[in-house]
Amino acid sequence: MHVTIEQNRCIGAGQCVLNAPEVFDQREDDGIVELLDETPAEDLHKDTRLAARLCPADAIFVHEK
Amino acid sequence: MSETVTDGCPWEQAEKPELTYPMARTCPFDPPPEYARLRSEAPFTRVRLWDGTQPWLLTRYDDMRVVLSNPDFSAEPNREGYPHVFEGRMVADKADQSFLRLDNPEHDRLRRMVTAEFTVKRVQALRPQIQQIVDRLTDNLLAGPRPVDFVEHFSSPLPTEVITQLLGIPFSDHDFFHRATQIQFGSKSDPAEVRTSLAELFEYLDELISRKEREPEDDIVSRLVASQLQPGHVTRQQLINITRLLLSAGHQTTQNMTALGVLTLLQNPDQLKAIQEDHSLIRGAVEELLRYSSILHTGARRVALRDIDVNGHLVKKGEGVICAIPSANRDESLFPNPDVVDIRRDTAAAHVAFGYGMHQCLGQVLARTELQIVFATLFDRIPDLRLAVPVEQLNFRHDMFVYGVHELPVTW
Repeated sequence: MHVTIEQNRCIGAGQCVLNAPEVFDQREDDGIVELLDETPAEDLHKDTRLAARLCPADAIFVHEK
Repeated sequence: MSETVTDGCPWEQAEKPELTYPMARTCPFDPPPEYARLRSEAPFTRVRLWDGTQPWLLTRYDDMRVVLSNPDFSAEPNREGYPHVFEGRMVADKADQSFLRLDNPEHDRLRRMVTAEFTVKRVQALRPQIQQIVDRLTDNLLAGPRPVDFVEHFSSPLPTEVITQLLGIPFSDHDFFHRATQIQFGSKSDPAEVRTSLAELFEYLDELISRKEREPEDDIVSRLVASQLQPGHVTRQQLINITRLLLSAGHQTTQNMTALGVLTLLQNPDQLKAIQEDHSLIRGAVEELLRYSSILHTGARRVALRDIDVNGHLVKKGEGVICAIPSANRDESLFPNPDVVDIRRDTAAAHVAFGYGMHQCLGQVLARTELQIVFATLFDRIPDLRLAVPVEQLNFRHDMFVYGVHELPVTW
């Protein structure tokens, strides 16, 4: 699994952090998404997919192998 | 079913819609029953509003996600064709120049000034403070008479106290805000009343900003004054608009969700017991209750800036759209047995109770946290909390912009 993000679209809602905190974080100064792990481990895949699905701004892209 | 006046091209909509909006509920815990039929038979349907206008009403989850994630559906109430659901609300919405009612790029520019205050990390750090408030309110309940109105003595003061602390507004001014939001969010408010209330509120916030300019403190308004107002990134009026938004959005919504959530758990005692025995269920329970209650029952309103295809349906430029959020949250294609409360429902988190798209609730992490703390604390400290009146006697907020109960008499 390979993850990419589109920071320009992000509105700082935080759904990604709530659901996959090992993979996503929010920038200190404006709450915009930061990617902690481009290739999350197998046990994080389900949560990462959920984070992508719940993102209100379609700012997370999950590329499955 | 509807009268048809033929007049040439069928696209020229000569049908008089039989459906008026808003629609009435039958069971107070469920959305209007008409929504289920519309989801299956007419997911895009014209409805008639108080002023005679005829926007589209959308009832399906998938269609609403398409609309709300497309910035060509404008959120600006002053645009021609924007659907206004109540006259008093129209006055309030048109006067609301906060980022909630703005399109991009200005929306993003303004919203990003406050997103840092509501991140997951920042809200986590607020947990002890919120816990203290919940503890104190629970103490007060236990020390006071029974029965007691849970709304007046718990669910209403809770978010007010949280947001006023965050913003740096003295809690002693709470009655003033409560009255102002009652007026601005009430469907029966007359436009003159709403205008006066707004003017008073703007005056108060202007004075508050002056106070923070003179004596900055550790709060959101002081930080915005220093980082945005003083360097000239916002005007004074824009700062007032942002502050007003945070104040009112954090007040009515969480208040009503707290009361409705407690009521719904009391009505589902097996699930309440499950939560009491296993606090790890609370997080999922909060999502399910948000889904089930959908307090923004007036819907998310937009107007099309150009002709747009939405899953095969054409919305033309200038046409208004109302996304019936409670209907999306009961869409059986996503939530099997949608009218059943199931705190273990694994798709609950996909609800759109906080909206969707770029305007999705800024305070959602804070709201979730407040609710989680309430459910963890209240039912531990008052395990036999129960309604003091039959549920049929409860007064639901059918006529308010944000749904809930007017009073919730409880005892234990």
